[in-house]
Parts: sequence; structure tokens; C-alpha cells
Amino acid sequence: MAIGIKDKVAIIGMGCTRFGEFWDKSESDLIVDAFKEAIEDAGIETKDIDAAWFGSCFDEVNVGKGGIPLARTLKLPNIPVTRVENFCTTGTEALRGACYAVASGASDIALAIGAEKLKDTGYGGLPSLANATGSENIFYYPNLSAPGMFGMIACAYFQKYGLSPEAGKRVLARISQKSHKNGALNPRAHLRKEVSIEQIMNAPIIAWPLGLFDCCGVSDGAAAAIVVPAEKAKDFRPDPVYVKALQLSLTPATGIGHQSWDGVHLEETRIAGIKAYKEAGIENPREEISLMEVHDCFSISELITYESLHISPIGKARIDVEDGFFDLDGKIPCQSDGGLKCFGHPIGASGIRMAYEIYKQLQGRAEPKERQLKSNLNLGLTHNHGGICGSLVCSVAIFGNERK
Amino acid sequence: MIGITSYGAYIPRYRLSRKTIFEAIGWFNPATVGVAKGERAVANYDEDSITMAVAAATDCLDGFERDRVDGLYLSSLTLPYAERQNAAICSSALAFRSDIRTADFSTSSKAGTTALLAACDTVKAGELNNFMVCAADSRLGKPGSNLEHIFGDGAAALLVGRDQVIAELKGFYSLTEDFPDLIRGYGERFPRSWEERWIRDEGYQKLIPALITGLLTKYNLAPADLAKIAIACPDNRVLPGIFKKMGLSVEQMQDTLIDSVGDTGSALPLLMFVAALESANPGDKILIVSYGTGGDALLFEITDQIKKFGGRLGTSGHVNLKKSLDSYAKYLVFRNLIPVDVGIRGEDKPMVRLSMMHREGQTLSSLRGSKCKQCGTPQFPKQRVCINPECGAIDKMEDYYFYNKAGRINSYTADNLTFTWDPPGIYGLIDFEGGGRLYMDFTDCDLETVKVGVPVKVSFRRKHVDESRGVIAYYWKAVPIHKTST
Repeated sequence: MAIGIKDKVAIIGMGCTRFGEFWDKSESDLIVDAFKEAIEDAGIETKDIDAAWFGSCFDEVNVGKGGIPLARTLKLPNIPVTRVENFCTTGTEALRGACYAVASGASDIALAIGAEKLKDTGYGGLPSLANATGSENIFYYPNLSAPGMFGMIACAYFQKYGLSPEAGKRVLARISQKSHKNGALNPRAHLRKEVSIEQIMNAPIIAWPLGLFDCCGVSDGAAAAIVVPAEKAKDFRPDPVYVKALQLSLTPATGIGHQSWDGVHLEETRIAGIKAYKEAGIENPREEISLMEVHDCFSISELITYESLHISPIGKARIDVEDGFFDLDGKIPCQSDGGLKCFGHPIGASGIRMAYEIYKQLQGRAEPKERQLKSNLNLGLTHNHGGICGSLVCSVAIFGNERK
Repeated sequence: MIGITSYGAYIPRYRLSRKTIFEAIGWFNPATVGVAKGERAVANYDEDSITMAVAAATDCLDGFERDRVDGLYLSSLTLPYAERQNAAICSSALAFRSDIRTADFSTSSKAGTTALLAACDTVKAGELNNFMVCAADSRLGKPGSNLEHIFGDGAAALLVGRDQVIAELKGFYSLTEDFPDLIRGYGERFPRSWEERWIRDEGYQKLIPALITGLLTKYNLAPADLAKIAIACPDNRVLPGIFKKMGLSVEQMQDTLIDSVGDTGSALPLLMFVAALESANPGDKILIVSYGTGGDALLFEITDQIKKFGGRLGTSGHVNLKKSLDSYAKYLVFRNLIPVDVGIRGEDKPMVRLSMMHREGQTLSSLRGSKCKQCGTPQFPKQRVCINPECGAIDKMEDYYFYNKAGRINSYTADNLTFTWDPPGIYGLIDFEGGGRLYMDFTDCDLETVKVGVPVKVSFRRKHVDESRGVIAYYWKAVPIHKTST
């Protein structure tokens, strides 16, 4: 009977570049920057790594396929290098590979690195999804974009819970405002300006009802993690961060083909959450989770994730939002580093960037130190989702600073 | 008895007021004020002669088993493909059997009536029983021309057979005259017109009377014997003179639709025929006269069956289902008449894999899905593993079509980021009566008229066009059902 990954793997070093619009940096530059910080943090050298997982999503736009780009950039010496992609969970997927490798005894020290260079598309927004979803889906999907898909969920959520578009948008605005406040404090973040509720409400519509400030932008960046078996962690540092749960959940596309999906919750997240809490031994996530990084590609994504992750009651997340439950000084700070919204969303890197924030906060080493959360931090959660709404891939990962 | 057993029509939703055209471009050719009356139908950016023909045939075939259709003749001056049979694309969209006869009829505005006569002959020959005739056109007049005003977009469909005939073919008379009033070579976008006065004097005023006289003489009939005459003459100023000269009265004249729809080319005589059928009485003799390369005159007699016939939108149902296209510039962009900046995102188009498209077949062309024999769940696209979370059976499916199912909007958005020819791109999830959910683009709607719960029907459209490779990917979109003009 599988018992999961809890306390079998530790992260002993991490790195994360600034995220932003870097006309002067290639993906290789970003990879080297993140890697350097990670191995310095871990106190190891390149030759100590015996396996690597490389997460990159839109490879057509940046480095191309396979593990070769990573091996070539870092001059990795004839070790296994696996390229992984699973839409926006790509970074967490890379971490999963590295973690299972060391947990199984197949590897002693494994590298997980996610990188994305999105700013060579030549236009704003993500590359057209029609090129990334296979030859049949040119027909079977409508002419969609990421904001459009989540716009549909916002539309359904407002309808179901009786929110006028104005009232609904105001709840969403409160979420983006919170993330902008956090991002403004973070020198690594892409966007570092606070915005007011009114600015958010009056911003141009990207995909109804979502406006400019409801949508995360497009950024370049990379993040890396070095993992070892948990029992070896203290050989490297006194304050490793332990992996408590790694879950991935993919819907069988029920949402877009079967009338059972209500369009306002994320079934993939709901199930991944339940499995992750079980794996980590968490019984009451609302009480036990210290901080979260959830996939706020759009403000509505964050709102429904609070519910689908069993933190807020179904249909009632807006009460927590308005109470400041998820603010930096709230009960469960969410997106303390600015989130996808402000830190940025270089797709392959995001899952690992989230782990980076959890890692630094759990160690008490947030940069700059003004960003360090003061409460007693014990367990941090990261969440990603990607793909097509109603047919998503979702990851939930939980980390802790104590091995039980 | 051989004749019409059902009829249908389709006129696109948009109407461009001719005054709007004149205000935009009339400065270039002030004489066009003479034709700047009324309004013309304009196909949406995602429509063409194939999609309109399918829509008209769908109207015609309401309730008729698709499997019983033995052939399709498609007539159009504006066929999208020069090689790749357009009638076959229609036939696939209509989920007809594959062992049928199909053909494209083109190059003359009489092609619609010629196709109709050919279908009648085919059925008369004895072996084939139900034959579909569609005529559709979307011609382009050069900006600044009279033709741009006069042309309109539309389609008609007639089912020819021997069971429950509502209008029996009683006679015909054809003239073939290489009269070069409107000519267009392969590869040219716009037809060229010779002098209008010559067309009037040597064309309409000679050929049309000759066609009418030819038929009446052949069957020993008098003008007064005809209840209605539908003459597809696009010049409203000429027709009254012809009627007077032939001893016909105004009551016998079928509305040419030029003022409300426009000259729909090879579809015009058939659209007028459908309109005549909508208000015909048993015993009426109706004469249909097409014009172009000479023309065809067809004599029909209405039977008692017409009293039992109904339930089609037809011509009159569509004439009044309209929305004003307020902008001449939109018309220019929809018809690709001006270069526009689609941006790098707009250029970033995937390639349509034709072998995949063929393999998917009716799943793409007529929304063929599956119904699980184990749990009864309808699902789309056609698939082998049941999507019902309580079932999951493998290879227990039968075919289930969605082209004729009613749906409602489950959720939607209006997307300003995605590239579309008519922003915003509106799309969402449609829940179908009886089960099944599809993720679809919407068309013929605006954000204001789209709400959760609004009923929709599905419509065959140009979903994705790859100009550089000459591929038009046809697929279905959802259209909110408009009861009235908006």
C-alpha cells in the first residue's frame, strides 16, 4: 500500500531569478542564474548532482525539446536529464521527478529546475493555445485563451452565488489588490506597484468579466531546487525543508463533456487537496496550513481555489477575502511573494518559485528580511493548475520545516 | 408525380443599409445613389456559400431522415473550392449517406434552376427518390460600384421527390445565350459588368420575355393562367415594363427581394420560389424564371399537400430575422476587401492536418458524438471510453449526432485577447437537451444578448481559415436563438 512521500525527501538548496521582461536574457541565462544560487545555497558543485528534471512548457518558443537544452547549458556530465511538461504544473512536475528519484534510492542528489522564456513570442499574452493543444483541438476547442476560460468560470460563479458583475468584480479586485501589495515588497517580483480597488475595477476588460488587473502577465524566469533523501538532509544544512506531500490530479475532461460539472469549483484541485492533506497527515487544513502559494493566474482562479482546497467553505470564499484571511497579516497568508500576479508566471518555473517562497519563509530566511512572516510557520502549501478549464491538470505540494 | 417535397432557406443575419454604403463610398461614384435604396444581406465573416447552403438545407430537411436523401446538387457562383467538391462538403455536414450522387453547378446565375431541373430529371429517371438542391451565393461587387449595392448573400434549398409532392413540375423551357453581361475569370474576385443600358435592352428586356413566351407557347398557356411569376431580375426598374409588355398584372409578380436582401445570384430564383410556396394555394400555377446565360423557366403546379406543409423558416422567416451592420468598414473586413493588421498572434496559426480531418469525418462535419450503450450518456466528440464518471465503459458506444439537438448556454465569456475577425471572441459551454456538453465558439450574437440559460442552435461555419495553405476548416458554432430582430 503506497504511503506517500511524507518526510522522505528534503530540499537543501534553492534558487530563483527575478521574474520579468528580459530582452537581454536568454533562457540559458535564466537557468544558469537560478542554478548558481541553488548550488551555493546547498553548498554543492555541479558534479555532485546525479539526476536532473527540467521543466519547460512552451518549448516551441524557447529552448526546444528534450533534456538536451539543460544538459548543454549547465554542462551536466552525462547524467539522466528528463524534460517534463504538464502545462502550468510543469515546475511542480519537475520537482516530483527529482523527489521520487531520491526517495526511491535511484539518486543521491537530484536537481529540479523550471525555466520559461515567454517574451520572444512577439506579442502580449501567452502563445496561442491552438498551437499547443494538438491537431484535433483546433476544432474541438473554441477559439479560446487562458483569460477567456477563467472568465467563463467567473461568469458561472457570479451566477451561481447571486453576485452582480459589479459585486463579483469587487471581490476579485480585493484579491489582486492584496497580491500587488505583497509584490511591491519583493525585489524579485516582475510587478512592484500597488493598485487600488478602483483602478482594478475600471481597468480594460481582457475577457469578460476579467479586467487587466485580474490577469497575471507574461514573464521570463527560472527557479531551481536541490533535493536529497530526508535522512541525509542535515549533512548539508541545519534547516532543510521537508516534502510532506506531492499530488497531481487530472480530470478525465468531465468538465467540458459531461453536464455534471457546475463550472464553479475545480474538481481536480478538490481531489488533489484531499490526497495531499492525507499524505501529509493534515486533518484541518484551515487550521494547520501556515502559508500558501496558489495558482492565481487570474483573480477568479485564486478565489475558487480557496474553496476547492477546502480552506474556505464552498460559495463563501469572498467572506474570507473581505476579512483579510489571506492577507500578509492574515490567518493564512497567500501569495506572500506577490504570486503569479505580481512575481510573474514563467510557466515552467512557477511551481518551483512557489516552493522557493515556502522554503525561505519556513527557514526564516525570506529576502529582504522585512518580508519574513512573523507567525509560527510550520507547513506551507503550493498549488498549480493548468490546461483547459473543465479539463485541468492540478498539483498540490506541501512542505514543512520539521521531520516527524 | 415529380416535384418539390420540401423547401428551406437561409439569409444571413446582418443587413447593410445601402444608405450606409453610399455614405461611406458614394463620394467615389455619386451615380450609385440610384441604387442606394433598401438594405442588403451580408454574410458574417465565418459564412460562405457552403455554410449558407447547409443552413438552408437544414431548414428544408427539418424532420426528414437524412439517410433517405439520394443526392445533392449545389449551385453557386461563389463556390469556396475550385477543386474539392463543395457539394460533398455540404453532404458531409448534412450527414447524408456516402452512396449518393453529388455535383457542383456553377458559372451562371441560372445554375440554381438548372440544378433543380437536373434533380427533377434524376428523380424522374426512376432509381433515385429524394434529391436535394441547394443554391447559395455571396458575390463581391467592387467598392464604389452599383453591384456592391445590389448583390446580397443568401441560400435556398429544395427537396425533389415523388412522395407527398407540394409543387409538381409541369413544364420547363430553357434558353442558352452567351450573353456576357457579367463575367468573371478564374482567380478574379469581382465580376465585370458591361454597360447597364445594354444589359437592360439586350438582356433583361429580350431574354426574359423570350423565356416566358417560350414556356407559355410550349404548354399552350396564357399569362392569366399563372398565379405567380418569380422572375430573378435584379433590376427593379426594368421588371414592371416587362410585366406590362407580357400582359401580366402586379398581383402576379413575386417580390424579387432586391430591396430587402439583394441579388443572391444563383440562389435568387429559388429564394423567390420558396417565398411563393409559403403563400401558395392548391391549384396555383407558379412560373420560376431565372436569368443568366439566357435562363430557365420552370412551371410548377401546387398540390393539396401544401395545406399540410409548414414548420420552415423559409424566405419570409429569414427576411425578418436581421440585425443592422452599422459599419461599411466591417463589411470590407468580413469580405477581406482591405488588408488589416492581424498582428503576430493572428498570424500564428496552426496547420490543419487533412488526414486527421478526414479521419474524424462526421465528428467534425456533422457533430457526431457517441452514446454509451451501457449508461445512455450522450457525449462529444465520438470517443471509445465513456465520460460518465459512474461508467467508464470501453468500446460500448453507438453514434449520436448533435447537429439537430437543442442546447442552452452553461457559461460563457467575451474574450478580447484571442485573435478573432469580429472581437470579442464569444465562446462557452453548451449543455444539450438529452445530455452532452460541448465547448463551442458562439456566433451571430453580442455580449449583451448572451446570458447563462439562453437557448442555442448549432450552425455550420468557417471555424478556422489557413489562407497560406488554402484550407478552410469547417465546424459548428453555437447561435443564440433570436426570436426577433435585434
